[in-house]
Amino acid sequence: MPKWYIPVAIVCGLMFVASPLLIANAPYEATMGLVQKIFYYHMPSAIMFLVAAVVCGIASARYLFAGAPHQDRVAWAAAELAVLFGIITLVTGPLWARKAWGVWWQWDVRLTSSLMGWMVAVAYLLVRQYGGAGSDKLAAGLALFGMANVPFIYISVNYWRTIHPATSVVPTLPVSMGFPLWFCLTAFVLLFVLLLKLRIYLEEERARLDSLYLSIEE
Amino acid sequence: MSTLRALVAAIMLLVASAAFAFGPPVSADNVVAQAQSQGPKQEQQNEFTPIEQLPPQEQLPAARLLIAAYVFVLAALFLYVVSVSRRVGVVRREVQRLEADLKRTGRA
Amino acid sequence: MLRAIWLIVRKDLTVEVRSREIAYTTLFFAVSCVLVFAFALVREGKPPEDGAAGILWISIAFAGTLALGRTFERERQSETLRALLLAPAPRPAVYVGKLLGIVALLILAEVILVPLVSLLFQAPLLAHPFWLFAVVVTGTIGFAAVGTLFAAMLVRARSRDVLLPVLLYPITVPVIIAGVRGTAALLQPEVDLGIVRFWVALLISFDVVFVTLALWTFEPLMTD
Repeated sequence: MPKWYIPVAIVCGLMFVASPLLIANAPYEATMGLVQKIFYYHMPSAIMFLVAAVVCGIASARYLFAGAPHQDRVAWAAAELAVLFGIITLVTGPLWARKAWGVWWQWDVRLTSSLMGWMVAVAYLLVRQYGGAGSDKLAAGLALFGMANVPFIYISVNYWRTIHPATSVVPTLPVSMGFPLWFCLTAFVLLFVLLLKLRIYLEEERARLDSLYLSIEE
Repeated sequence: MSTLRALVAAIMLLVASAAFAFGPPVSADNVVAQAQSQGPKQEQQNEFTPIEQLPPQEQLPAARLLIAAYVFVLAALFLYVVSVSRRVGVVRREVQRLEADLKRTGRA
Repeated sequence: MLRAIWLIVRKDLTVEVRSREIAYTTLFFAVSCVLVFAFALVREGKPPEDGAAGILWISIAFAGTLALGRTFERERQSETLRALLLAPAPRPAVYVGKLLGIVALLILAEVILVPLVSLLFQAPLLAHPFWLFAVVVTGTIGFAAVGTLFAAMLVRARSRDVLLPVLLYPITVPVIIAGVRGTAALLQPEVDLGIVRFWVALLISFDVVFVTLALWTFEPLMTD
């Protein structure tokens, strides 16, 4: 693992420890009250889910068109993180919604397209695991289509009548709410980088194992 | 790698316990009182009107949902780190075994 | 390149006309699908409200998946896919040729399904034939564009039968939703053509994005 890993991990851990304090001191939202504080973890997770999908898509494109094996590892790692952050988003969201909207789930465009994007990430992992030979390219093709879904997820909430808050919420946050949000978002970005590197490390070790097996057979 | 894993696990445990210990700085009762005092302006009440049950919106304790959300986030992240670390451990053990074998039999 | 596309379409058409295997089985499956929904959802002779649009598109999706699987299975068994790829035809032509074949097959199925659904669910599907045609064709093209690419990719994969739906359905959900919403808009007592136009426009943009992506990735995905 590279030299920056442990210091960044410590910083990230400390940020996560500090975040509940910041969140608790943030003001309540007028209509949603206490439950709105889920926002400070829900929104960064959602952003990391979309970022992971885009990273997976770009790495897959580079793998398909340039053939770099490292990009294939990045793509697989990013897909796992997309599933992870996606499931966090899809669970924290309904927990918030149960109180704020009165229902666990709504088939509006933001939720539906996010769920479908998450399922594409799960499908990617299934293909890698059970697809047999050639599944790396298959999954890369799938990831490209999944990435095309991402801008749709993000802007959909501005063009369709939906109950989910619009993207104008974040830029117009008052500082008292904005600071904890950006703090948590930074913590999540650091966490994403750490987890991505860790997962890529696993793939690199697997590749090393494969080459060892090959050298034994010679 | 095992020191790294221990470090990561320790940080995660620290975060989890901090989340529980620090939590919302006030208890649930105070939260409700604060929300009510900041709530919409109402007419001064002349009499109390009893109702049998809270309306559905008031029945859900928000604190429970909030804590559930944060616990889920931390648990999911922790489980993922454990999963990756376990897989790395399996692969590393295998690599070490193969390298030992190669060293013994002499590299081809 | 157009000639290559035409040759591929003609080849598929010739093979199909001789055996009619895929056409018959797909049609029968699609009809059974609709009937199963009819039996399951009709209560006391009354169909569910707005059920017709959803049922139509679900049947198209299921029948389409089946047709895709069967078509490429046939290619795999006679190893014609490899032959096609080795032939000096430009790769995008191979993709477009297969796509047109699948779209033709699905439209044939829809010619039977739309009146059937209309009949069974007492839905006035044929009131605005031009717009219905637009919705159904653009939706079919979107579904088939992704399906042809994935089915071709999966020809050499393990567990290909179950992987095709796993890969296909999440990606095509936006197309299916747009198709259902567009069809449902046509079934309203007072049709708002503006809404229908919106869904058709959205379907066209999906088609453009999917076909472009598929053409772009077909070559690297099909090479070993």
